[in-house]
Amino acid sequence: MENAIEMKNITKTFGSVIANKNVSLEIRKGEILSVLGENGCGKTTLMNMIAGIYYPDEGQIFVNGEEVTIKNPKDAFRYKIGMIHQHFKLVDVFTAADNIILGEKMPEFNLRKEYKRLQKKYKGQFKALKAQEKTYFEEGGSRFTKEYGEIVRKETGVFNRALLHIGSLGWIKLWKHAKFNYLSAMRVKKLQAIVDTYGFQLDLSKKIYEMSVSEKQTVEIIKTLYRGAEILILDEPTAVLTPQEIRKLFEVLRIMRENGKAVVIITHKLNEVMEISDRVAVLRKGEHIATVNTRETNEKQLTEMMVGKKVDLNIARKDPVDPKPRLIIEHMTVKNRDGINAVDDVSFTVNGGEILGIAGISGNGQKELLEGIAGLQKVECGDIIFHNPKKNKPVTFFHHSLKKIKRMAAEGFFHYPNGEKVDLKGKRKKEIVELVNKEQILFYEDEIIDLRHRTPREIQELGIKLSFVPEDRLNMGLVGNMSIVDNMALRSYRKGKSVFVNKKRPKNLADTIIRDLEVVTPSDMTPVRRLSGGNVQKVLVGREISSSPKVLMAAYPVRGLDINSSYLIYNLLNQQKEKNVAVVFVGEDLDVLLALSDRLVVLSGGKVAGIVDARTVTKEEVGLMMLSRASVEDSKLFADALGKKQNDDEKEEGEND
Amino acid sequence: MTEQKKTREPLFHLVKRINVPAWQAWAIRGGAIVGGFLLIGILIYAFLGIFPTDAYRYMFEGAFGSQYRVMVLLRDLAILLLFALAVTPAFKMKFWNIGAEGQVLMGAYCCMVCLYYLGGKINNVVLIFIALACAILGGAIWAVIPALFKAKWNTNETLFTLMMNYVSVRIIEYTIKVWVPGGTGVLPTMHYGNLPTIAGENFWFSIIVALVLTAVMYTYLRFSKHGYEITVVGESENTARYIGINVKKVIIRTLILSGIICGVTGFLLVSGINHSLTSESAGGRGFTAILVSWLAKFNPVGMIFTSLLVVFLSAGTDEIMTKGGITTSFFSQVVTGLMFLLIIGCEFFINYKIVFRHHAEAPKTPIGTGSTTAETALTASEDASADAAKEENV
Repeated sequence: MENAIEMKNITKTFGSVIANKNVSLEIRKGEILSVLGENGCGKTTLMNMIAGIYYPDEGQIFVNGEEVTIKNPKDAFRYKIGMIHQHFKLVDVFTAADNIILGEKMPEFNLRKEYKRLQKKYKGQFKALKAQEKTYFEEGGSRFTKEYGEIVRKETGVFNRALLHIGSLGWIKLWKHAKFNYLSAMRVKKLQAIVDTYGFQLDLSKKIYEMSVSEKQTVEIIKTLYRGAEILILDEPTAVLTPQEIRKLFEVLRIMRENGKAVVIITHKLNEVMEISDRVAVLRKGEHIATVNTRETNEKQLTEMMVGKKVDLNIARKDPVDPKPRLIIEHMTVKNRDGINAVDDVSFTVNGGEILGIAGISGNGQKELLEGIAGLQKVECGDIIFHNPKKNKPVTFFHHSLKKIKRMAAEGFFHYPNGEKVDLKGKRKKEIVELVNKEQILFYEDEIIDLRHRTPREIQELGIKLSFVPEDRLNMGLVGNMSIVDNMALRSYRKGKSVFVNKKRPKNLADTIIRDLEVVTPSDMTPVRRLSGGNVQKVLVGREISSSPKVLMAAYPVRGLDINSSYLIYNLLNQQKEKNVAVVFVGEDLDVLLALSDRLVVLSGGKVAGIVDARTVTKEEVGLMMLSRASVEDSKLFADALGKKQNDDEKEEGEND
Repeated sequence: MTEQKKTREPLFHLVKRINVPAWQAWAIRGGAIVGGFLLIGILIYAFLGIFPTDAYRYMFEGAFGSQYRVMVLLRDLAILLLFALAVTPAFKMKFWNIGAEGQVLMGAYCCMVCLYYLGGKINNVVLIFIALACAILGGAIWAVIPALFKAKWNTNETLFTLMMNYVSVRIIEYTIKVWVPGGTGVLPTMHYGNLPTIAGENFWFSIIVALVLTAVMYTYLRFSKHGYEITVVGESENTARYIGINVKKVIIRTLILSGIICGVTGFLLVSGINHSLTSESAGGRGFTAILVSWLAKFNPVGMIFTSLLVVFLSAGTDEIMTKGGITTSFFSQVVTGLMFLLIIGCEFFINYKIVFRHHAEAPKTPIGTGSTTAETALTASEDASADAAKEENV
C-alpha cells in the first residue's frame, strides 16, 4: 500500500521534557492506523506535528513521498491533512453547515467580468428589454407591479438584470474583488453529498448548541472531509461517546477506509484498537516501540508493549463489609447556570464501606450533583442527609458546645460506657467537662445532619469529614501556582488561633504524600502546575484522603492518567472502602466503573436512570440506561445495533457448531 | 501537489521554557535594565545632543547630587512605595483596583477637612490623631464601595475604581472653590496639625512609616492566614469556594486594608509633606504604583527597588532636561516608559526561548530530498510504493 505520510526520526522536546524521541512512523492510504499509548507518552504531540500545531525539533516528514515542512495548520490543510481534536472548535450559535464552510476562501466574484459575460450573453436582448421597459413605463406602468417583474424575469432574471444595471457603472471596478457567500445553497448540497456518502446522521441546519457531543464530533469530521482531507487524524474520538455512538463512528471510519483515505486514531483503549484498526503503532514514553498488524497481535501483547511490563488488568473488588447508609440523597434538584435542572429529583443512598459508581455521559448532572452535596452549588429542593457514625463514640467539645451537650443529653442522645443513660441534670459544669474530656459520654445513635443549605465551611466545622476530588483539579481543588506544601495547607490552614499559617504540618503531609504515592517532583516547593497530570492527581487525592474522610467523592479521578497512575488511584479508593468510607466514584470508562464499583447509579439528563448492582449488570444495559433520556431516534438505533449484534453472535455460534 | 510552493523551515520558532533557573531570569532582567540605559543614552544623544556618558553623570547627579536631592529622592520613594503597598493586596487577589489615586485623595481630603475646621481649636496632638483617623476612614470608604458592589452584584471593579477617581478629584476641586472663594483656587498652607519634623526635615516621618508598613505588609501577605486567603482567592476563586473561604468577605476585607493604607498615605501627604491639598496632590502615582507593584511581583520588599528605579529615572531625566534646556516633562515620561517597556518585555524571554533555524542534520534519504518538481516527486513516490510493495512481499 502507498504511504500517505512518512515520518522519519522525529524528535520534539518541551524544555527538558522529551515528548517524542526519534520516532519513525508511516501512515498508509486506505488503512486505519491506531496510535496507542498511555497518557503523556507523546501520541498527541506526534500527531500535532503532522497537523501543524507543533514544529518538530528534528526529523523529516514526507507527504506522498515528498519532504514537506508543516509550519502551521494551514500548511497541513494544503497537504490534505485534517485533525479532529479532543476539544471541538465550533461556533455555538452557527448551524452545522455554517461551521463547516467557516473560514473557507470564498470564490471571487468579479462583478466586471460577470457583467461582460452577461452583456455578451444578452447582447440584443438587453436593448430590446430596455425598449420594452420604456414603452411599459410610458404606458403608465409602475416599477412595483407584477407585470414589470414578469418582463424582467422573462428576459434575463432578476439577479442578472440587477447585475447588468450595476455592472454598467464605471466605479464598479472597485468591486473587482468582491467576495461573498452567494452560493450557500450549492455548498449545502455539496455537504449533504458528503453526509450521505459516509452515512453520517446529521441535520446540517441544526445549531451547534443544540447538539450532543457526538453530533459535534460529526460536524468536525465532516468539516475536515469537506476541506478535502485525505489523511484524517482523530484524537481520542471515543472518549466522550457512548458505546452505541462509538459503533456509529466506527462504521463511518470504515467507509472512509474503503474510499482510500488514511485514518489515524489516537487512543488508549485496547478493545477499540482491536475492533477498528488495521495496524497499531505503540508509543511508550515518547518512543516508538513497534508497529504491528492488528490481526497478528492481541490485547495482552499490546498492553505489554504499551506499559513495558505486565500489568494486572483486574481490579480487586472485595465485598463491602457491613454497609450502612452514610449519605442519603432525597429528591435533590440543582439548577445549572442557565436555570435548567441539571440534577433533577435525584434520590439514592451511599453506604459506608462501598464504592458507589456514578455512570453517565459527561455533562448529565454529575458535576452539579457532587458540587451540590459538597455545598458548592445551591440545592433547589431535596435533602442531603448525612449519618455521622457516632454510635458508641465519645462526644467532644470540638464539635459541640457545653450548652448543646446539655440539651442533647436531656433529649437522651448519650449513654455511659456501661450502657446507662446520661443524665446531666444537677451536675456542675466542671463535672460535665471532666466527663466529656475523659470520653465517658457516648452517643446512643448515629448523628443525623442535613447538609442542605450548608456552606463547605459549615460542613467542615460540623466535623463532617467530606472529601471531594473535583473534576477540574487545577481549577478547583488545587492552586496551580502554589507549591505542594501550600496546597496541602488549603484544608488545614485555619486550624489554631495564631494569625500566621502553620507550614510545618502541611510540609510533613506533603513529604508523606510524595513518598507514599511516589509523586515525581523536584521538591515539595514546586508549583503544582509544573507537575504532570498524574502527579497533580496524586497530590489532590492524597490530601483529600489524609483527613481520614467519612465520605469521599471523586469525579473522574483517573481522567488523563496513565495506566499505572490509574491503578494507584483505584487502589487508594479501594483502601478507603475497606476503611468503611463511603466512596462516590464518578467515572467515564464503563469497564472501570463496572469493575470497581459495588453499585452503580446511572444518570441520564440529570435524572436517575437506574441503580444497579455493578457485579451483575452488563455494559450494554448500562449504555442503554445512559441513553434512556436521549432522543427516541438514538435509542432505536441502539436497539437495532443491539439486535444486529445478537444476530451476529448467534450466527457465529451457529458457525462454531 | 502542484499548487504547493517550496516551503522551508521557519527562520525561528518559540519554545516555552519550563524550568528557568533563578540566576538566568535575573540575568535577563538585569540585561533589560542595562539595555534600557544604553537605549536612553542613545536617545538623549540623538535628541538633546548630550553625550551618553555625560547623560549618565547628569542622571546620577540629579538623583544623588546633593544631600537635599537624596532627601527628595527618599521622600518620593517613600510616597510611591506607600501607594504601591496600598494597591498590592488587591492586585494579589486579582482585584484590579486602579483607584488608589482617588482613595489617597479622599484620605488626604478627609485629613484636610479636619485640619481646616478643627485647626487651632483643639490640641495639636489630638488634632493629628483625629485627622489620621478621618483619613483612614475616608480612604477605606472609598475603597470599600467598589468592593461591596463587586461582592454583591459582581460589577466591574476596574471601571468602578477608575470612575471613583474622578469623583474624588471633583469633590476636592469643589471644596477648594468653597474654601477659597474667588481666589486663585489654591489652598493656603496649613499651620495646624503638622507632623513633627525629625532632624529638621519634614519627610523622615513618611520614610519611617513606609518602611514599617513594608515590613508589615510583607509579613501579612507572606505568612498570615489572611495573606494566604488572598493568594488563594486571587489564584483560583473556585478553589477558594471549595475549601470554604468566603470570597466576598475576603474581597471586602482586603479592600478595606487597601483603603486604610491609602488613607495613611493621604494623611502623610497633607500632614507630613505638603500641608496643603490640590486635586493634583496624588500626581498620577496611583497608576505608577501599579507598575511598581507588578514589577516586584507583588513582593513588598522588591517594591523598594522598583520604586527606587522609577524615582531615580524621573529625577535623573529631569536633571538632563534642565541641562538640555527643555522645560516640559515629556522626555522624562518617554524615558520611564521605555525603560519599563523593556523590563516588562524581557519577561517574554524568561518564559520563552527562541530557537533559530538549524540546517537539516537528519540523515538524508534518497526519497524526495528537497525535490521540488512534480516529476521527481512522482517518481520518488513510485519508488517508495515499490519499496513498500517489496517489503510486503518479504
